[in-house]
Amino acid sequence: MADPVFALIDCNSFYASCERVFRPDLQRVPIVVLSNNDGCIIARSADAKPFVKMGEPYHKVRSTLERHGVLAFSSNYALYGDMSERVMTVIEGLVPALEIYSIDEAFADMTGVADREALGRLIRARVLKLTGIPTGVGIAPSKTLAKLANAAAKRWQTQTGGVVDVCDPDRRDKLLKAMPVGEVWGVGRRMNAHLTAMGIITAWDLAQADAWTLRKQFSVLVEKTARELRGTPCLALEEAAPAKQEICSSRAFGQRLYDLDPIREAVASYTTRACEKLRAQGSLCRRVRVAIRTGMFNPDEVRFSRGVVCDLPYPSDDTRLIIRAAQQGLEHIFRPGYAYAKAEILLLDLCQRGQFTDDLFAELQPSAAQKVMGVLDAVNGRWGRGTLRPARVPVTPHWGMKQALKSPNYTTSWQQLWPVRCR
Amino acid sequence: MSAVFVLGPVGSSVIELPFFSCRVPAGFPSPAQDHMEQTLSLDELLDIDAPHTYLVRAEGDSMTGAGILDGDVLVVSRALAGRHGDVVIAAINGETFVKRLSIRGEEVVLHSEHPGYPPRYVLEGDDLVIWGVVTDSIRRHRSHG
Repeated sequence: MADPVFALIDCNSFYASCERVFRPDLQRVPIVVLSNNDGCIIARSADAKPFVKMGEPYHKVRSTLERHGVLAFSSNYALYGDMSERVMTVIEGLVPALEIYSIDEAFADMTGVADREALGRLIRARVLKLTGIPTGVGIAPSKTLAKLANAAAKRWQTQTGGVVDVCDPDRRDKLLKAMPVGEVWGVGRRMNAHLTAMGIITAWDLAQADAWTLRKQFSVLVEKTARELRGTPCLALEEAAPAKQEICSSRAFGQRLYDLDPIREAVASYTTRACEKLRAQGSLCRRVRVAIRTGMFNPDEVRFSRGVVCDLPYPSDDTRLIIRAAQQGLEHIFRPGYAYAKAEILLLDLCQRGQFTDDLFAELQPSAAQKVMGVLDAVNGRWGRGTLRPARVPVTPHWGMKQALKSPNYTTSWQQLWPVRCR
Repeated sequence: MSAVFVLGPVGSSVIELPFFSCRVPAGFPSPAQDHMEQTLSLDELLDIDAPHTYLVRAEGDSMTGAGILDGDVLVVSRALAGRHGDVVIAAINGETFVKRLSIRGEEVVLHSEHPGYPPRYVLEGDDLVIWGVVTDSIRRHRSHG
């Protein structure tokens, strides 16, 4: 059997690149994308990077951005999700197996491929041609190395043409010595500081570090990372994402809320979304946690934060039942007199449908509920999310997200198709 | 105004939902059964599910001669290289248009299909990107619904 080879394909500045696809006029205009509620910078095109750091609050850097002609967009997840699906479908057609790791990156199986670099270049060229999204490709005998090779492809874009293959041990060692340990997959800022203090500066140092020391000082995971850096694969390709153990739907309100009623609407709306995710992975939940809080950073605001876990009478995926439980929880924790900024719904204690055992006399979800939810999902799947919804959920809530700078949903809404001039 | 649907408790009903209806006739089998092939699908005709197919909206009257009217939905493929004679989505110096592409030797021209719009010659220094090729157009002939 041939030794396993992994490729990591990663989209360059994905959100900013998506915004550019339908705006050829912005090809050379630096772009940033803002988090929900236009809070802070979450993506930058390469040419915007010199002007602003990741995570900076938008209101603080706004004038700087304007001065340098950097254009800001509210995040448009309908667009990014659709473009991501297109990118992944194109890659899937070119490789034997693919693990979609996140919205903008995927691991591919390249085991046994004769000319790996040529395949890497083909993937880049096809994805760019068919979707307009630029990517980088890292190829290596382990996932951790593939990720590092990808970082190198990004860093030395012009020299590498966006494809780096480090299956050759000499090239691998060269890469390890050139990359700081902070670039290694799974090494966060705190661990980076800790490693630096131990004299581990480059990825090479980590690869050479004593296994037992790593395990004792950090965890068995870091020891695995070091082994992967030495070219021994410890992580396999995971084609089917495992079902999530808990599901969260949480968002800041577009404005501060003071009364129970609008918060009820928000909680119903977040619960509806969480239940859609729950049913999409075929799970039932036994508990729901509802939490609300005020702003936590403004020194002039009184802080308050509270959550409660509510038990359901039986494992369920019925939006109506779970909303009822969440509303009861909300009434229980709500205190008037605070400026609420955010609500969160967490579905807990999940089990797969048909995989839980209960006692013989325990109540089960009525089969009618399953039918209603099936119709609900079918209708919304066909005519768009929110077509059929619980009466508590408003279409355009006044507490909704601030998205002053959002681009149209070019690819997912008939009303917002890209208008192209016949002039 | 948007409609509000109330999802109340559901009682039993005699109406069957057609979503999963699949009946096996007990009597004489349908003579058409052996000749069933597949249902026709516009998705298939227009290759809608392909990752390289995009839908855009035509705006304006410069392509009426090509049968593209204001408001038509255009099916655009990014998989095709624009060839002489294709209707294309062309971005020239960042501005995007629907045009008929003409390539004769070195000479590249973007034509409109309407007497009121002159051809646009692509000159040296112009930045031309063929965004995609228009393969089909969709027009609704009924104003409501």
